[in-house]
Amino acid sequence: MTRFLLRRIPQAVIVLFGVVTLAFVLTHVVPGDPARLIAGPNASVDTVASIHHQLGLDRSIGYQYWRYLVGLFHGDLGTSYALQDTPVASAILRALPISAALAVLGVLWEALLGIPVGILAAYRPGKLADRVTTLATLVGLSAPPFWVGLLLLYVLAFKFNLFPLSGYAAPYINYLILPSFTLGLGGAAWYARLTRTNMLEALRSPYVQMARAKGMPERVVLLRHCLRNVLSPLLTMLGMDLGYFLGGVVVIESVFGLPGAGKLTFDAIGTLDVPMITGAVLFAAFFIVVMNLLVDLAYALVDPRVRR
Amino acid sequence: MTAPPIAEAVPLAAPTGLRRALGSLRHDLPALISILVLVLLALAAIFAPLLASHPPLQTYQEGLAANGAPIGPGHGFPLGTDPNGRDVLARLLYGARVSLTIGILANGLATVFGVLVGLTAGYLGGWVETILMRLTDVVMSFPILLFCIALISVTGPSERNVVIVIALIYWTTLARIIRSQVLSLREREFVVAARTMGLSHWRIMRKHLFPHLVPTIIVYATLGVASSILIEASLSFLGVGVPVPTPSWGQMIEQGKEYFQIAPWLLFAPGVCLIVTVLAFNLAGDWLRDLLDPTAPERR
Repeated sequence: MTRFLLRRIPQAVIVLFGVVTLAFVLTHVVPGDPARLIAGPNASVDTVASIHHQLGLDRSIGYQYWRYLVGLFHGDLGTSYALQDTPVASAILRALPISAALAVLGVLWEALLGIPVGILAAYRPGKLADRVTTLATLVGLSAPPFWVGLLLLYVLAFKFNLFPLSGYAAPYINYLILPSFTLGLGGAAWYARLTRTNMLEALRSPYVQMARAKGMPERVVLLRHCLRNVLSPLLTMLGMDLGYFLGGVVVIESVFGLPGAGKLTFDAIGTLDVPMITGAVLFAAFFIVVMNLLVDLAYALVDPRVRR
Repeated sequence: MTAPPIAEAVPLAAPTGLRRALGSLRHDLPALISILVLVLLALAAIFAPLLASHPPLQTYQEGLAANGAPIGPGHGFPLGTDPNGRDVLARLLYGARVSLTIGILANGLATVFGVLVGLTAGYLGGWVETILMRLTDVVMSFPILLFCIALISVTGPSERNVVIVIALIYWTTLARIIRSQVLSLREREFVVAARTMGLSHWRIMRKHLFPHLVPTIIVYATLGVASSILIEASLSFLGVGVPVPTPSWGQMIEQGKEYFQIAPWLLFAPGVCLIVTVLAFNLAGDWLRDLLDPTAPERR
């Protein structure tokens, strides 16, 4: 286990370093001038130049990168261009709880909708329930989440008044149900498909034949024998999804007006707030890398074969 | 006694690729429908100028109600008008051009990147492989949409940039799959023989390895168009995709969302187009996978 850790953790650190470098290079080397955007279209060349100096954009790219890395080690992601004097890190940390709540609920929807539907489909392959769910999952995978969200808002919030239209206020859960459901729907379709495929494969294995030969009822074979083997890879994927969602889901947050990390990023785009955008990308990538690492560790703990 | 004519053996030979494909389509209704849909979509996109009754960018005074609200289907505008008084049907048809072109170009480019990286890494091995696969890990750790948004917000939204950015993030899955296939292919006798004959690495990759990868590439290129179209729609919806006057489905939904309470058709029409297109590409991809490469893993 120690050897596994010794190999896997430095790997994650290297990937993170690569992410920082690539994110910095892509947002700083690429054409586009935030100083011009801040100064406005009528600003003189001098004004733009002084803003350049203020932001440190007149220094060499290598120096800027070095400063960024040093700052990063001190937990400093720079200062937002648009929100005067607000450190990027604290702005993101403030928005993060909302994104985290959305992420956890979204993953819950994925699991609670997707896995039972997959089991149902695998129970009698080729029959009506299977065909209906197969079609439904395909539609679920093909529907753009922002459109599904708007549709749900139109029907459930506007026509039937069951949910608030947008924003985030006191009974928070009311404002989170629709967004998290929208977020989880695409994933649920994916998990239903995967559960079905893996269940069908497990149903063909010798231990299932054995269980059936012993005269186990089909329900016990499905839920006790198959599901256990199918569930563990699904759980690791759910873990990765959580990491993916934690950094903020821009589309969902902007449809439902949730002031999370995704919305923060989206607002930063309009003002070309490069430190904020870079910071948000880094935060999101950090969650992805760390969750992948945790999932791998959990896997290694459960399954000794992985520890090689 | 004459020997039986050789021609008799022909009916026993395996059917050609095309005939096999058409044969399997007969038994696969969803695939057949999806391919018909794709053909119709392509035709609609190509002949958009002939099919649309209005130009897509023209704003009409009579296209807005007295209170400035968009008007519903009928009244000279088959699918109604958008908040600027433009014909929704015309914008949908021209939007098909944009969505299909960007989806196909972006994914084509991503496929080229993926194959080049996967093939090179798998065949050459050593430090080249280490560097390329670590790079793949890094790109895979980026949150896809956030990364696209960040890049486009800095480079400025344009059709070209959307294509490049989607391609830059979407090559990783294919690169991994191609690499793992090449890893097993390169130990096979025909590759060893080619190497023994002194052929160049480039020639071995191009002439001996690449043909074995074509089925996989076709499957993933088709499935990938679906994801690329969805990403383009999301970017345009967020306002960092196709720049404004040019119609794109995602952007039409974005413009309709302020009015969805009084003009729900602004959401329905482009949304249904998006779902149908993406679904058709997904179904066609699944069909191709069953046909060409049944062992290929599922892709999200």
